[in-house]
Amino acid sequence: MKKVLGIFSVLVTVALVTAIISPAFLSSYNIENLLRRSALFGIIGIGASLVIITGGIDLSIGSVICLIGCLTPWLITVIGISPWIVVPSLLVLATGLGLTHGFLVTRLKLQPFLVTLCGLFVYRGITRGILADSTVGFGTSGSELRSLGTGRIPITDSFGLPAPLLILAVVALVTSFGLRRTIWGRHLLAIGSNETAARHCGIDVNRVKIGAYALCGLLAGLGGLLFVLDTGSAQPSNFGNFYELYAIAAAVLGGCSLRGGEGTVIGVLIGATLVQVLRNAIVLIDEIPDSIEFAVIGGIILLAVIADEAVRRAVARRSNED
Amino acid sequence: MNRTIGLIEARDLSKRFGGVQALDAVSLAVEPGQIIAVIGENGAGKSTLVKILCGVYHPDCGEVRIAGKSIRLQGPADALAHGIARIPQELELCDTMTVAQNLLLGREPIDRYGIIDESSSRQQARSALENVSLDVPLDVPVSQLGHGQRQLVAIARALDGNATVLLLDEPTATLSPTETKVLLERIVKLKEAGTAIVLITHRLAEVEQVASRVEVLRDGIHVATLEKDEISRKNMVHQMVGRDLEPPTAENLTLGSTRLTIDAMTSEVHPDPIHLEVKAGERIALAGLVGAGRSELLEAIFGLRHRNGTVRIDGDRLVPLHPAAAVEAGLALIPEERATQGLALQRTVAQNAMLPGLHREAGWLGWLPSGAGEKTAHDVVNRLDVRPARTDLPVGDLSGGNQQKVVIGKWLALKPAVLLLDEPTRGVDVGAREEIHQKLRTLSQQGVSILFASSEMEEVLSLSHKIVVMHEGKITGILTTSESTEEQILALATGGELR
Repeated sequence: MKKVLGIFSVLVTVALVTAIISPAFLSSYNIENLLRRSALFGIIGIGASLVIITGGIDLSIGSVICLIGCLTPWLITVIGISPWIVVPSLLVLATGLGLTHGFLVTRLKLQPFLVTLCGLFVYRGITRGILADSTVGFGTSGSELRSLGTGRIPITDSFGLPAPLLILAVVALVTSFGLRRTIWGRHLLAIGSNETAARHCGIDVNRVKIGAYALCGLLAGLGGLLFVLDTGSAQPSNFGNFYELYAIAAAVLGGCSLRGGEGTVIGVLIGATLVQVLRNAIVLIDEIPDSIEFAVIGGIILLAVIADEAVRRAVARRSNED
Repeated sequence: MNRTIGLIEARDLSKRFGGVQALDAVSLAVEPGQIIAVIGENGAGKSTLVKILCGVYHPDCGEVRIAGKSIRLQGPADALAHGIARIPQELELCDTMTVAQNLLLGREPIDRYGIIDESSSRQQARSALENVSLDVPLDVPVSQLGHGQRQLVAIARALDGNATVLLLDEPTATLSPTETKVLLERIVKLKEAGTAIVLITHRLAEVEQVASRVEVLRDGIHVATLEKDEISRKNMVHQMVGRDLEPPTAENLTLGSTRLTIDAMTSEVHPDPIHLEVKAGERIALAGLVGAGRSELLEAIFGLRHRNGTVRIDGDRLVPLHPAAAVEAGLALIPEERATQGLALQRTVAQNAMLPGLHREAGWLGWLPSGAGEKTAHDVVNRLDVRPARTDLPVGDLSGGNQQKVVIGKWLALKPAVLLLDEPTRGVDVGAREEIHQKLRTLSQQGVSILFASSEMEEVLSLSHKIVVMHEGKITGILTTSESTEEQILALATGGELR
């Protein structure tokens, strides 16, 4: 909890500083947009955190987003299949990709980094192949569906809650409850903490891990769907580029240790929001050139990881002294 | 022997690892309400026996019978389902999780939707702790507990999983005297409540204190059973050692000046200042049991672990505390685990052999002239008589003995003044062992100082001039080899007084 408090205070500080320098930050248009982006990245961040809790990693998230994000408008507008069929089948496809990762990692004992790195290349390559690198969009069709991404629930004249935020709320509540109160979540944390101990306690380690990869795939697919509904069109060569890194950053900033065994949903949400506030701040503050966005985000994550290590050492020292 | 529920019986268990017969037709019966101590020197087969009993290893022959039925255990989880729990030295706890979460891991009380029932969880966790009379908060991460408390959490978890047989593998090895006392009290209480306990330990005083029966293993063979009234330190030591050794052959000993001086050295594992001198041409053995701090002493001298105090080579103080400085000053350390600390197994003999001295042949920006190190590699193979005499094979393809020759040879290529060896012939067959011993004798006659740690009495007695015996990080005695006996060494190594 203290860990989340630390990152939360960083979030508040960055937001305050940005608001002071650039009043546009607090405009209802900007806040609504920020919430929308944070919600989208929160969804894929939660997926990434589930895998990271097992001590694994999923680098394929951005490419899964590209695959689902490009296939959705293509199947609906170009091929002409009903959204009622397209959306569920693509979510099943995304889950299946995650299942495959989990299977390769557990049964074939391949390294998660390697498996999902291959996924990163393969899914983007396939998408670009199917669409021959051309941009696809919804045009005028699918407007009801698009409201899932662009829709809002008006609160005041100028401000409304973006639809993705509501979807995130459902995902976050379910996952958080699952992690804290169900046997699956408990076992997921145990596996990340000490896989041998978990196995010797009779836990079906492989099944739990495969589940984590499958959920990560599903959430990446859901993310891809919502991203494309939000933007309206997708270009296979750059749609979702680097999004896996934003998702991992959100998870790590939110207190997930890459060694596994630790992580909370609330932390990931704060982490995802922080990344988006930083990106927003870079755009709004004129003194920071937009081109150094990656450098700023990278620097902040590095500081967070250093702090994580420092806390660990302090804890280790304290338990040695007992 | 009356058979009740929870009784396990091992019959004629044998297990072979490579060329080593770790266990040879060993039988063991465990009854409820008894503490059976399994003792023996390092490598006697105690851990192998326990690992078979909990399903980590499958025996090559023999069987494990539970309540009269022969059962092939599929692993620790399966063993636990049959009521057998092993508490290994390296505790299997999830450090980041709380005491309660650890206690119930794998059998959390859930409702029919898979949701954990918190109140009955806490109740169950609390009663599990009561079983072992441990009073710690349920919600702290186990990483914040002391090692003795963590041990009790592991035991409580096993008992809560309906374990009726506890296999404790050196439970007190890392505990302080107070923690040890508490743990032993709890173990005796559990025994009185009807739990069957198999206790593996090196500490004979504990065995005298709590054991109902002692089983002695030596070189993988069961050599004696001591009933309650026969348990004494003297008896146990006698049975553990058992064999007659040939008297060490006399050697014309001409010692030179002091080469290695250790002055007032302390470290995390060495509470009392250690003073030690090794003269040119001298071979000193470090004897002791697992956890006595011998490897750590060698590592501290070599600069691999933090220490206070000074180390001098030929009178020059060794600074800074770093292996590179140690190598430069003429030290070499042959580590205990050749597979993980000594060799890059997939690389060739040549690449391994040339590694320590390679930087001396490297040119500008680390450029290596073609054929760099080739001569060194050939010298190593020839001098140590590595077989087959080829430098291009992956070193992992060689036998254990020849691998060890490569490890020793690659350091000898640097012509060290002081050679530190940790278990110089572990897992090496008799022939290669004799060759390595001979090589070490020749080296010391050429003026090299040798300090080696060994768990094998025979090696200690036949190779050394002096024996430094350690117990729990402290030197408990320094003996002249020609005047010492195996019993004396073992008595010192187990913390007893010299008689």
